[in-house]
Amino acid sequence: MNKTIQEIQKEIVEEFAMFDDWMQRYEYMIELGKALPLIQDKYKIDENLIKGCQSKVWVHAELEDEKLVFTADSDAIITKGIVAILIRTFSNHHPSAIIEANTNFIDDIGLKEHLSPTRANGLVSMVKQLKMYAVAYQTQLN
Amino acid sequence: MSIATNNIAFNVEEIRKDFPILERKVNGYPLVYLDNAATSQTPQQVIDVIVNYYSNYNANIHRGVHSLSQEATDKYEAARIKIQHHFNVKKAHEIIFTSGTTHGINLVASGFASILKKGDEILVSALEHHSNIVPWQMLCEKTGAILKVIPMNEQGELIYESFEKLLSEKTKIVFLNHVSNALGTINPIKKIIDKAHTKGAAVLIDGAQAAPHIKADLQALDVDFYVVSAHKMYGPTGVGVLYGKEEWLNKLPPYQGGGEMIATVSFEKTTYAELPHKFEAGTPNICGGIAFAAAIDYIDSIGFETIARYEQELLNYATIKLNEIEGMKFYGTSREKTAVISFNIEGLHPYDIGTLLDKMGIAVRTGHHCAQPIMDFYKIPGTVRASFSFYNTKAEIDRLIEAVKKAKSMLA
Repeated sequence: MNKTIQEIQKEIVEEFAMFDDWMQRYEYMIELGKALPLIQDKYKIDENLIKGCQSKVWVHAELEDEKLVFTADSDAIITKGIVAILIRTFSNHHPSAIIEANTNFIDDIGLKEHLSPTRANGLVSMVKQLKMYAVAYQTQLN
Repeated sequence: MSIATNNIAFNVEEIRKDFPILERKVNGYPLVYLDNAATSQTPQQVIDVIVNYYSNYNANIHRGVHSLSQEATDKYEAARIKIQHHFNVKKAHEIIFTSGTTHGINLVASGFASILKKGDEILVSALEHHSNIVPWQMLCEKTGAILKVIPMNEQGELIYESFEKLLSEKTKIVFLNHVSNALGTINPIKKIIDKAHTKGAAVLIDGAQAAPHIKADLQALDVDFYVVSAHKMYGPTGVGVLYGKEEWLNKLPPYQGGGEMIATVSFEKTTYAELPHKFEAGTPNICGGIAFAAAIDYIDSIGFETIARYEQELLNYATIKLNEIEGMKFYGTSREKTAVISFNIEGLHPYDIGTLLDKMGIAVRTGHHCAQPIMDFYKIPGTVRASFSFYNTKAEIDRLIEAVKKAKSMLA
C-alpha cells in the first residue's frame, strides 16, 4: 500500500527537522532538486510552463493506473528543489487525493517565505497547477 | 547654485546613522541593502518631515481659508519651488506633481494622442523599463502612429548612429531613460535631445534612475519633458514630478478630470485651470510632495559631487572584487554608468543566487528588472543586480562577495 500524501508530508517535515539552520535546509533542497524526476524534453514546451515564476518551471502530468504521475524541470536549482518536494508529495496519487491535499507542511519545514503570493518563484502557482491537473484528470475518471 | 559650497566632509558611518532601517537585521544577519535602484532608503530627516506633517498641519490644500490649509498649501508650493530650483527649471508651474515616473510618462503619452496622426513615429530606446514601453504601444494603437526602437550594443549602450537613421520628420516624440535601470548605462541625452530637435521631435526623458546620482539641469539640457520619482531619491513612494516646457504643457489636454484642475464648471462648459493645476486633478500627495523637497535638501546637504565620487569608488571596488569570482559575467559595461552592477555566474540561475543572498541578509534584485527586451538581447533569463548608494560601505561589498562565493559553492 502506498503512503498517503499526509504520510509523505510528515516524512518530509521529519527530514527537515534534522537540520539546525537555513543553510543545511537549502543544501538539502538543492540535493532534492538534483534528484527531481525530469520531464522528457518533448514536454518541455511553453504550454507546460507555469506562469508567475521568475525561474522557468515545466510540469507534465500523466495518468497511470488511475494515479497521476508528475514530472518537471526548472532552470533554477532551488526552484527545482521546491518542485521536487511538491512532486514527491503529490505524484503517484489518485487525483481526488491531490485535490483534497493541503500544503501546510511547507510552513513546518521552514520554507514559508516561498508560499507568499508575492514571492517570485510562484510556489503558489505551482500548487495551483498541480491541482488543476488533478481536477482535469478527475473529470476523465468520472 | 554651486554644489561644492554646501559639501560637508563625507563620513559614511555618520551618514548611516541618518537611516534607521540600516540598523535592522534580516534573516539573522545585519541588512546589506543593495537594491537602491528599485527604491532608496529614507533618512530620519525626511521621516521627521512626514511625521511632522501628519502631527501638525495635515489639511487639504488650495481651497481652505483656514490656517492649517494655508500652512499646508504654503509648504506644498514651497516644495514645488524647491524642486524647480533643483532641476533648474524656468517656471514653477512647469513642475507637475505626479504619483511617480510611470504616471508622468502616461500623462505625456496620453496627451500626445491628440497630437499624433496616422503614420507619425515614436522612437523609444531598447534600454527601457518594459512597463514604460506599454504607454507608447497604447498610444500607437489609438493613433495609428508607429513605434520604432533605438537598438543597443553588447556593452549596453544605445547605438547613436542607428538613432540618427531612425530619426526623421515623421518622428514626433523620442522617449528614453537618462540612466538604464537594468544596466546603469548613462545615455548621452544632451546629444539625442539636440538632434531630435533638429527634426522638430519632442523628447521625454525618464530620469528616475539618474535623479539620485546626477543633478540634471533641465534648461541646459533643453529637454521637453523629464520625469522622476521621489522614492528613488531618498523620499517617499507615491510621489514624483513631471517637468514639461510651458508651451508643451499648454498644448497637451488635461489627463484626468476632477477637483483642482478646473477653473469654472457648468453643465454646458468647463474651463480648465491654469498650469500646473490643469494636470493635478484631485487631492494630491501633499505630504509626499513636501517630503520630496526635504529629500532634496538632504541630498544637497551631502552634495551630488561627493555622492557621485563615493558611489563610483564603491562601483569600482565591487567590480574588481566580483570579477575575481570564477565564472563572473557582467552585463552593461558602458564606461558611463551609475553604481549598478548587473551580473550572472556561469551555469547558475540569478534567482538561485538572489534567494541565497537574501538568506544571508543581502538585498539585491534578481530577474529581468522589468527590462525583458534587454534580457532577450543578451539571451539570459535575468541577472542579479546590485545597486549602490552613498550609505553603502566597502565592508558591505565584502559581505556581498563572501555571500556570492558561499551561494556559488552551495549551488555548484
